[in-house]
Amino acid sequence: MTVVATLPSVRLTDVSVGYEDLPVLENVDLMLLPGSLTAVVGPNGGGKSTLLKLIAGLLRPWSGQAEVFGAEPGAHARSVAYVPQAEVVDWSFPVCAGDVVMMGRYPRLGPVRRPGARDHAAVAEALEQVGMTKFARRQIGALSGGQRRRVFLARALASEPDLYLLDEPVTGVDHATHVDLMTVLDAEARAGRTVIASTHDLAAAAHHFRSIVAVNRTIVAHGDASLVLDTDVLLRTYGGHLLFVGDRAVLIDDAHHHDEPPAGVVHHHDDEGGTPGRRP
Amino acid sequence: MTFLTEPLAYEFFLRALAASAVVGLVCAVVGTYMVLRGLAFMGDALSHAAFPGVVAAYLLGAPFYLGATVAAVGTSLAIGWITRHGRIRGDTAIGVLFAGMFALGVFLFSTIPNYVGDLFGFLFGQVLGISSTDLITLTILGIVVLAIVAVFWKELLYSTFDPLGAGASGLPVAALEYLFLGLIAMTIVISLQTVGIILVVAMLVTPAATAQLLTNRFSRLILVASAIGIVAPAIGLYISYWTNTASAALIVLVETAAFLLALLLGPRTGLLRRRRIAA
Repeated sequence: MTVVATLPSVRLTDVSVGYEDLPVLENVDLMLLPGSLTAVVGPNGGGKSTLLKLIAGLLRPWSGQAEVFGAEPGAHARSVAYVPQAEVVDWSFPVCAGDVVMMGRYPRLGPVRRPGARDHAAVAEALEQVGMTKFARRQIGALSGGQRRRVFLARALASEPDLYLLDEPVTGVDHATHVDLMTVLDAEARAGRTVIASTHDLAAAAHHFRSIVAVNRTIVAHGDASLVLDTDVLLRTYGGHLLFVGDRAVLIDDAHHHDEPPAGVVHHHDDEGGTPGRRP
Repeated sequence: MTFLTEPLAYEFFLRALAASAVVGLVCAVVGTYMVLRGLAFMGDALSHAAFPGVVAAYLLGAPFYLGATVAAVGTSLAIGWITRHGRIRGDTAIGVLFAGMFALGVFLFSTIPNYVGDLFGFLFGQVLGISSTDLITLTILGIVVLAIVAVFWKELLYSTFDPLGAGASGLPVAALEYLFLGLIAMTIVISLQTVGIILVVAMLVTPAATAQLLTNRFSRLILVASAIGIVAPAIGLYISYWTNTASAALIVLVETAAFLLALLLGPRTGLLRRRRIAA
């Protein structure tokens, strides 16, 4: 890819944001470029989801300056695909997998217009990309956890965005789904789109993503995958949740609220760190 | 055959059939979204909130549609605003405003010295007393509501299913919520004369709830609910005619019976399914 003076996809300057009058993130500075594949890691309540919602334009910054594609968040909403955490979705909702993916086409269709041939083709292609073609007509609640995440990624793909914001896209899914979804996201990033995903899994973050943002009430660190090996960064990100066993830091994340092996442990993948992130 | 044809000789019965079919259809369509949004209680609240508007309109000599619309839309916007900006849960805000507005209606009602049968009609429904002007008005308003749903059905569906995803991709989720609250308010105004304040919530909720037992696809859900919304009132009106009993109550009872039947025989909850599995 030729290096041009690319406009950053996301640029946050001294941003603070929160809910009601409770600040969650303060003095956040962050710049992400097109083509980056970024994992947002940090403790529960540290502000991972809040950071994604801020960039998605779902939360207004209290102070500081937030820019997405050079304008305020939400201004280029049709170029943004946001996938919420699985916990906030009503899985008994009367829609099938294909219906959910078609919703990704609604914003560009606008009111009145019904989905046309191009939209159906985009939906079929997105389902194919995530390996869910066979399940297109299955009600979403009748799908497994991993299949549900595949469908939501397909919805994001169908909307043909330039920026993906995924809140815990691979939390609690089986290994095959994890690998498949990351392969799709990696390809999207290589095609020049910006991918940002929050995750609990530090080992997966180091393995599958090219840059890592460590968040705990602010941006603690931003760098390439080797960041999760830096005990200083881990200590500042996870604080009291870290336990040192010899020279290895073990992460005790006691607030897991999903079906995963209980205490998450920091795995060291010395032999397969990701390629260096595009640090500004 | 006379069982079916005899009542048709009366114009008031024909008007009642037409009015209740329009009301049943509009209620079923709006009610489907309402049930999916978890706003069933909102329907009850807004119908009661319309009462002071109806009484005030009577006292001022204004058309009841106007009073009911102002009161119901005003209350729905107030509930929406309090929920978004106050530190109070939605169901709490609904509870406060619903009882408060109904109390205001009862108070205004009690200031009228003589007995007013018309106002009692708004509480319990008076479908057999609907005039042709009323029928035309409620049909026009019903078409307006259905047209708005037809324009925004995709946007309403997406923002109901995943408000965060819809909002991030550019749908005006807050505006759609207010629009939908306005649609509920208008639907209630249309329904007041036919089924009355106390039973409107059943017209809104029951067809959609019944359809939910029978299908898990949105397109079929709204079709099945609409079919129930149109057919049930006709059955209720015939029974009411031949047994000389309260028509609004019978319309609601027929819908409730359909719900129980679906519960008993439906593919997902039904006893028949259990038996088939056992066999």
